[in-house]
Amino acid sequence: MKLSLRLNGADRTADVAPHESLLTALRERFVLPGSKNACDQGECGSCSVLLDGELVCSCLVLAAAAEGREVRTAEGLTPDGGLHPVQRAFVEAGAVQCGFCTPGLIVAADALLRAEPEPTVAEIREALAGNICRCTGYGRIVDAVQRASKGIYE
Amino acid sequence: MDVEIARTLDGALAYLASRPDAEPIAGGTDLMVEMNFGRHRPKAVVAIDRIDELRELLVAHGRVRMSAGVTYARMLREEIGSPAMRQAARTVGSPQIRNAGTIGGNLGTCSPAGDTLPVLAALDASVVLRSASGDRRVPFTQYMTGPKKTIRRHDELVVAVEWNDAGDAQVFMKAGTRNAMVIAVASLALVVDGRRSRVGIALGSSGPTIIRATEAERFGEGLMDETGWGRRRVPSDAALAELGSRVAAAARPIDDVRGTAAYRRHVLSVMARRAFARAVLLA
Ligand SMILES: Cc1cc2nc3c(=O)[nH]c(=O)nc-3n(C[C@H](O)[C@H](O)[C@H](O)COP(=O)(O)OP(=O)(O)OC[C@H]3O[C@@H](n4cnc5c(N)ncnc54)[C@H](O)[C@@H]3O)c2cc1C
Ligand code: FES
Ligand code: FES
Repeated sequence: MKLSLRLNGADRTADVAPHESLLTALRERFVLPGSKNACDQGECGSCSVLLDGELVCSCLVLAAAAEGREVRTAEGLTPDGGLHPVQRAFVEAGAVQCGFCTPGLIVAADALLRAEPEPTVAEIREALAGNICRCTGYGRIVDAVQRASKGIYE
Repeated sequence: MDVEIARTLDGALAYLASRPDAEPIAGGTDLMVEMNFGRHRPKAVVAIDRIDELRELLVAHGRVRMSAGVTYARMLREEIGSPAMRQAARTVGSPQIRNAGTIGGNLGTCSPAGDTLPVLAALDASVVLRSASGDRRVPFTQYMTGPKKTIRRHDELVVAVEWNDAGDAQVFMKAGTRNAMVIAVASLALVVDGRRSRVGIALGSSGPTIIRATEAERFGEGLMDETGWGRRRVPSDAALAELGSRVAAAARPIDDVRGTAAYRRHVLSVMARRAFARAVLLA
């Protein structure tokens, strides 16, 4: 079936299977592999996207039911494809090891910082509780979010 | 699989009436997991997340009506007339799950571990069901009949839950293997309603359904009668221990991967003591 939506600021259409998730549609049909699939059950957050501006796991969204909605993925955080301040902060803080969790974390961190530009460490940890990282131990991820929070989101 | 996107409640109900093999999908946080793993593939789904009527939230004149499409994230942001419900919402999953998951989905799945369910039981809440042929309103305790079993007919939707505002003396507690993203090993909701001289205590993940600890409720009411409703006096340790053991006795827990029956009873008695002591100070 046809799925049309507003994806990273552009109107896009693709054929999707009726039962497939938005994550599968993003990766396989729209060829946006930034959103990762590590669990397919909402536990890891590596598939995090903004759906009509709200942070959700795209593996838990039925693609066909997202008809006409607005989706933003890690690829679309900056209009020109350059580095977003959160992405830059992750690089500078050394918050990326294997990188599998990174796109989901960047989208989640951006959602947090738009709602709360100067979060405390406790707030950062609670807001990122749905994003699992197997490599870093989270310390540098929290550092990166704090670094990004300083003066960027007004 | 057919996918229908409902714009109105009547439209969704008409679709369910015409398609006995169709199932509603709201936030998708339960149903999509089943579908992704091929455990369950409905023949048809009707998406109900764009129906305005299912997003209403009314808190007025001492009554609360929370429509089925209200998400956990909204429960944390908006006035919902139950501190215990807000505490339960905060423990659900992660921000991603709380943005998508709804109270209607929690009631649709009706797992004994569903975090809103003990709160609804302790508040004496009613579930409002609607089909193309009309409404019915049932107490939550009659709505749930077993693990993931309810009296809902396939052509009905849960449209809302309703309860009386029971004041501030309410506590929800959940024991899990860690703090975030956890299914309850055991949970407890406790309400001390001074206006109605009523104590409500309900247990989650402690049996095949949510369990009302009625003996413990009567004992708690007796304690409040003695110390005075609204006097903010914590009962003696001995009295709290008795309350805890009555709560533990009401549970019907099993041993499973998340915990043993003995541990569940223990943790319930501890939570009951703490919750009562905390609630009394909020009265
Ligand atoms: C990672 C993760 C963590 C989770 N953590 C928790 C947790 O901590 N506590 C907890 O309680 N739950 C938890 N859940 C389970 C789930 O998020 C909740 O049960 C949620 O409330 C489901 O709502 P939904 O709108 O997403 O339901 P959906 O998946 O859309 O639907 C669930 C079921 O209910 C039916 N349904 C939906 N709406 C209605 C309606 N209005 N009327 C009748 N039937 C309806 C559907 O047909 C389906 O059978 C978690 C899930 C995941 C994936
Ligand atoms: S792939 Fe969606 S949460 Fe893990
Ligand atoms: S960097 Fe490897 S999972 Fe996070």
